[in-house]
Amino acid sequence: MATATGLHGQDKQMTNGELGLIILAVATTFGSVYVAAKAYTPEYAFHAWVLAAASLATVFGVANRYFNRPAEMPQQVIDGKPNYNYGPVKFATLISLFWGVAGFLVGLIIALQLAFPELNFDLPWISFGRLRPLHTSAVIFAFGGNVLLASSFYVVQRTCRARLAGDLAPWFVVLGYNLFIVIAGTGYLLGITQSKEYAEPEWYADLWLTIVWVVYLLVYLATVIKREEPHLYVANWFYLAFIVTIAVLHLVNNASIPISIFSSKSYIAWSGVQDAMVQWWYGHNAVGFFLTAGFLAIMYYFVPKRAQRPVYSYRLSIIHFWALIFMYIWAGPHHLHYTALPDWAQTLGMTFSIMLWMPSWGGMINGLMTLSGAWDKLRTDPVLRMLVVSVAFYGMSTFEGPLMSIKVVNSLSHYTDWTIGHVHSGALGWVGFVSFGAIYCLVPWLWNKRELYSLKLVNWHFWISTIGIVVYITSMWVAGILQGLMWRAYTSLGYLEYSFIETVDAMHPFYIIRAIGGGLFLAGTLVMVYNIYKTIVTPEPALEQAGSPALVPAE
Amino acid sequence: MSLWQKHAIFEKNSIILLIGVLIVISFGGLVEILPLFYLKSTIEKVDGVRPYTPLELAGRNIYVREGCYVCHSQMIRALRDEVERYGHYSLAAESMYDHPFQWGSKRNGPDLARVGNKYSDDWQRQHLNNPRSVVPASIMPGYPWLARTELDISHLAEDMRVLALEGVPYTPEMITNAEQDARAQASDADAGDLTKRYAKALARNYGGDPTRLTEADALIAYLQLLGTQVDFKIYDDKANLR
Amino acid sequence: MSIQDHDSHKVDSISGTTTTGHSWDGIEELNTPLPKWWLTILYASIIWAIGYVIVYPAIPLVSSFTQGAFGWSSRAAVEADLAELVQQRAPVVAALSKASITEIEKDPKLLAFARASGRVTFGDNCAPCHGAGGGGAKSYPNLNDDDWLWGGSAEQIYETIAYGIRSGHPKAHEGNMPAFGRDGLLKPAEISQVADYVRALSGLSTATGYDKAIGAKVFAENCAACHGDEGKGNQELGAPNLTDQIWLYGSDKATISESIINGRGNVMPAWVGRLDETTIKALTVYVHTLGGGR
Ligand code: HEC
Ligand code: HEC
Ligand code: HEC
Ligand code: HEM
Ligand code: HEM
Ligand SMILES: [Ca+2]
Ligand SMILES: [Ca+2]
Ligand SMILES: [Cu+2]
Repeated sequence: MATATGLHGQDKQMTNGELGLIILAVATTFGSVYVAAKAYTPEYAFHAWVLAAASLATVFGVANRYFNRPAEMPQQVIDGKPNYNYGPVKFATLISLFWGVAGFLVGLIIALQLAFPELNFDLPWISFGRLRPLHTSAVIFAFGGNVLLASSFYVVQRTCRARLAGDLAPWFVVLGYNLFIVIAGTGYLLGITQSKEYAEPEWYADLWLTIVWVVYLLVYLATVIKREEPHLYVANWFYLAFIVTIAVLHLVNNASIPISIFSSKSYIAWSGVQDAMVQWWYGHNAVGFFLTAGFLAIMYYFVPKRAQRPVYSYRLSIIHFWALIFMYIWAGPHHLHYTALPDWAQTLGMTFSIMLWMPSWGGMINGLMTLSGAWDKLRTDPVLRMLVVSVAFYGMSTFEGPLMSIKVVNSLSHYTDWTIGHVHSGALGWVGFVSFGAIYCLVPWLWNKRELYSLKLVNWHFWISTIGIVVYITSMWVAGILQGLMWRAYTSLGYLEYSFIETVDAMHPFYIIRAIGGGLFLAGTLVMVYNIYKTIVTPEPALEQAGSPALVPAE
Repeated sequence: MSLWQKHAIFEKNSIILLIGVLIVISFGGLVEILPLFYLKSTIEKVDGVRPYTPLELAGRNIYVREGCYVCHSQMIRALRDEVERYGHYSLAAESMYDHPFQWGSKRNGPDLARVGNKYSDDWQRQHLNNPRSVVPASIMPGYPWLARTELDISHLAEDMRVLALEGVPYTPEMITNAEQDARAQASDADAGDLTKRYAKALARNYGGDPTRLTEADALIAYLQLLGTQVDFKIYDDKANLR
Repeated sequence: MSIQDHDSHKVDSISGTTTTGHSWDGIEELNTPLPKWWLTILYASIIWAIGYVIVYPAIPLVSSFTQGAFGWSSRAAVEADLAELVQQRAPVVAALSKASITEIEKDPKLLAFARASGRVTFGDNCAPCHGAGGGGAKSYPNLNDDDWLWGGSAEQIYETIAYGIRSGHPKAHEGNMPAFGRDGLLKPAEISQVADYVRALSGLSTATGYDKAIGAKVFAENCAACHGDEGKGNQELGAPNLTDQIWLYGSDKATISESIINGRGNVMPAWVGRLDETTIKALTVYVHTLGGGR
């Protein structure tokens, strides 16, 4: 690389992107220092300083890259093969593991806080009300989001046979997204929140995410547009639907006005019942498009790839794709059954949730049946087993979801730990396992290794975490149903049987069991982190690739 | 077979696919959200619901900040046991000035929609400080810092200005008097024009050190208001079925 | 690149199904038809949904929405449920509201009903202050013992529960322990003396420097009006008995001094309005029969 710089040193020019980014970052640095100086609260000032530091780092990062890079930009194609850009993919893969461990750990802490409230330690920044949103955001947006970024940037290149569009843009997306995570997460600890579930970050974080997301969409689209494949592979339909829909949801659900540019506080434009509807239109489709469509895209690439089998049914892909995205949008009101939301909206939410069952299962069928003819691989390949079990959990939670959408069932389950059980069968079983499966596949491919460091450790991970999930969700089912039944229990004389605090007391053993389940899940993840670490650092002769490996640029 | 081939148009042109997705996802949201803004039946006609006083608003912001909504719902569902345990089911009108709404989605603790006036200020104070000192089996965290922290009321007028912009009926007079009203409501002394601006606003010391205005005072003022605005003795259930 | 071009060409050897002919990074797709059972359930769910939408309120229109075939609404449904419950309990409630509290307590059946109704109401509304079994806590009186601030007869207990104590309700018990220190009514030395005097009333030790004569004088002049000449309290005023070794706030000298310096004025909320008449009656019975009722 050094020689390359020397060779081309004279005629090296800054790209528009480099120059533009540097100018923007310098401006942002000054802007945020100014805001920091006049901020209403130290917490907000802290965030302004974080932004200032990030912009300054951008200036140095881009300048540094400019001085060290060859004069010519990386080629699109080398020897007739696409010159894939794996740098941002590698970064997002590794940081997703970091956030995963952090998010699961916080999950374990809040699980223990519910069992042993002394663990709140009377400290503001670690009290349950602030840690719980940290947990949900860390697992969904930090862990899940980075897995989606990594996998989408990988899959779109491979299935389009095109290098990722943009030069700095892909890096801007992954780094910018993680800056958003840092601001959101530290914000919760400091008490900066909008209180909308899964959309807690305040206005400035939202604004930043909007910029990052638009760039993400552009990078993605531009890559797709310059593809060498005539048709778009189904995984890309799902990624695209995920990216645009999340953008729409994000914008509408975060329509808020800050009280001042010097304050973190803003007020959302919607109020009361309308805000509730907008929120759960968002919340349910965050599930539908972030945790479902996005991860289905992952499944559509990694399952057939790992099983080395064709996807089961192209026609099923088409029908379930369109039906899924159409029906998901309607289902939000199932979070508001029997509330002050008018009945007509509740009816729509319930009926579409039921109709959503089969479109959801279309993905499961396509995932599972792709293995037909290759079931035996499950015995020998724990990574494939992880992927397949994730699809099974997906099927389970998308059966349970429509069931819980039925008003009479929801009258029991709503507000209880049954919802928590449902969430985690989807979150740990589906989102967690499909992500782990994808990461296990990706790491050897990205780092040019023949295989993972140890398949035996994958096996251990699989079993420890599976037991953890089963313990977690069964305890929450029992707890939730018990809780719901106790709340509505009447004595034979026609009076309520239990006071609220008695139902709190009854949850105690289940909260302990749940924490054990969560602990196992976390333990399994730590085994994975070790395995990934060893895979990357263990030297091994590079894979003999068809092309010349020396030409793959060391990004 | 031919119908399946038609799908190729989406597979070959990503912009058409993108537009197709946008169209398909727009129906549900439009049909479910828009009518809530124009259908008169969405928000019941009731008397008594007024915007939060500056002190209550400050308290509400602390409620949001501490994440109380992750454990407490403020939405009594139209179900028999809930009405028996917590009181009349919640009306849409009762949260019409809530930006954002605080209905919640999980009950680790009881519903708070009607907790106003249920306990004394002293109890609320002690409970916030250390829940297990009053309810031994409670799993609620303690919030001792609230009684220690001075309440920042210097920006309340700005909060109210934004809310007014979003449709909360705050008058310019209410906005200019924000700080003064906040202080007046938290003291046992004469509250001035507070109750002229905010019907039935309760002005008192909220149980704390009378020389200081703390975050606990504001939060308790907010909690003591919850669910007390609509008089269900005169509210017409039959007129508001929907 | 149409699908048909490839249909004839490539057949997956394992499943025997044709592929669509594309390959992305080595991934191919089979042209398997939609599973029958899958389609059947999908259609069934759509048909069911259409039926449901016809039966229940569902579709928003310009100025109203479709009300559904039977005009069902969740609010009407809960009113009906509640009405049914009220009807189920009607005989009992009628009997409870007719009978006096003493009559209820004498009739085992009525007593069982009243206690059943009172138990959970107490748990959800009173236990946060008075403890799970009514055992009380610092500043919240024990309801099990036979020491009563405002009187332990059924009628007195009813009044207390219904209107509360210093609750702001017009019929609430008022009566306050004045803030003798804060308001400058007594000097610190006098407070110290009378605090020791109060301790002595319950047979507790006194500090050195305690002069019974001074203490008694201060007490007679300032406290006896409410707490009685002998300190036995006055239930008209809610002034506690200071001789019975039962303390609402505590017996150490600092706590007693605090009561004298800053006064007290603890609040018990009023429950009329929140709880209905019979429920309050049931609660009265529940409290009255906890053990200390007179
Ligand atoms: C970990 C969950 C949790 C969090 C967070 C939490 N609470 Fe609670 N809360 C409970 C539980 C459990 C109870 C019932 C036991 C008790 O009274 O302490 C309760 C009871 C209450 C009550 C009494 C309600 C009644 O009708 O008896 C109030 C008021 C209350 N909480 C307010 C708050 C406020 C304000 C916050 C935030 C600053 C908060 N809570 C945060 C769990 C929580
Ligand atoms: C906010 C706390 C609180 C709640 C809730 C509460 N109480 Fe009380 N209660 C008190 C206090 C404080 C007193 C004593 C006031 C005083 O110091 O005079 C009291 C006194 C009483 C007394 C009189 C005791 C005596 O010695 O004369 C009765 C009876 C009683 N409460 C019953 C109830 C019942 C029944 C409920 C529930 C419906 C209830 N309380 C709910 C705080 C509460
Ligand atoms: C106007 C009536 C009144 C006068 C005068 C009065 N008290 Fe009281 N006292 C009360 C009432 C009422 C209470 C209960 C207050 C409460 O629970 O909030 C009380 C409570 C107390 C307590 C707390 C008892 C416990 O169980 O913890 C002490 C001690 C006490 N008084 C001492 C005194 C002394 C000493 C004086 C005179 C210097 C005095 N009181 C004068 C009405 C009075
Ligand atoms: C070690 C593993 C985990 C543990 C111990 C854990 C624990 C918890 C706990 C205790 C709660 C709060 C429940 C309540 O308030 O009653 C919670 C909520 C939640 N968790 Fe986890 N969690 C784990 C992993 C995950 C993962 C991997 C995801 C997503 C990918 C996830 C998503 C969520 C969501 C969305 C909620 C909010 C649910 C709701 O509001 O209904 N969790 N978790
Ligand atoms: C057909 C698909 C699904 C349907 C119809 C569905 C339905 C539901 C219902 C009815 C609830 C409870 C709402 C309440 O009572 O508050 C719920 C909650 C939830 N579901 Fe699903 N679900 C589906 C699939 C999934 C999947 C695959 C996930 C993935 C992780 C998931 C994540 C969640 C989460 C996070 C919540 C909690 C929301 C909250 O904070 O309250 N769901 N879902
Ligand atoms: Ca929730
Ligand atoms: Ca007593
Ligand atoms: Cu949902």
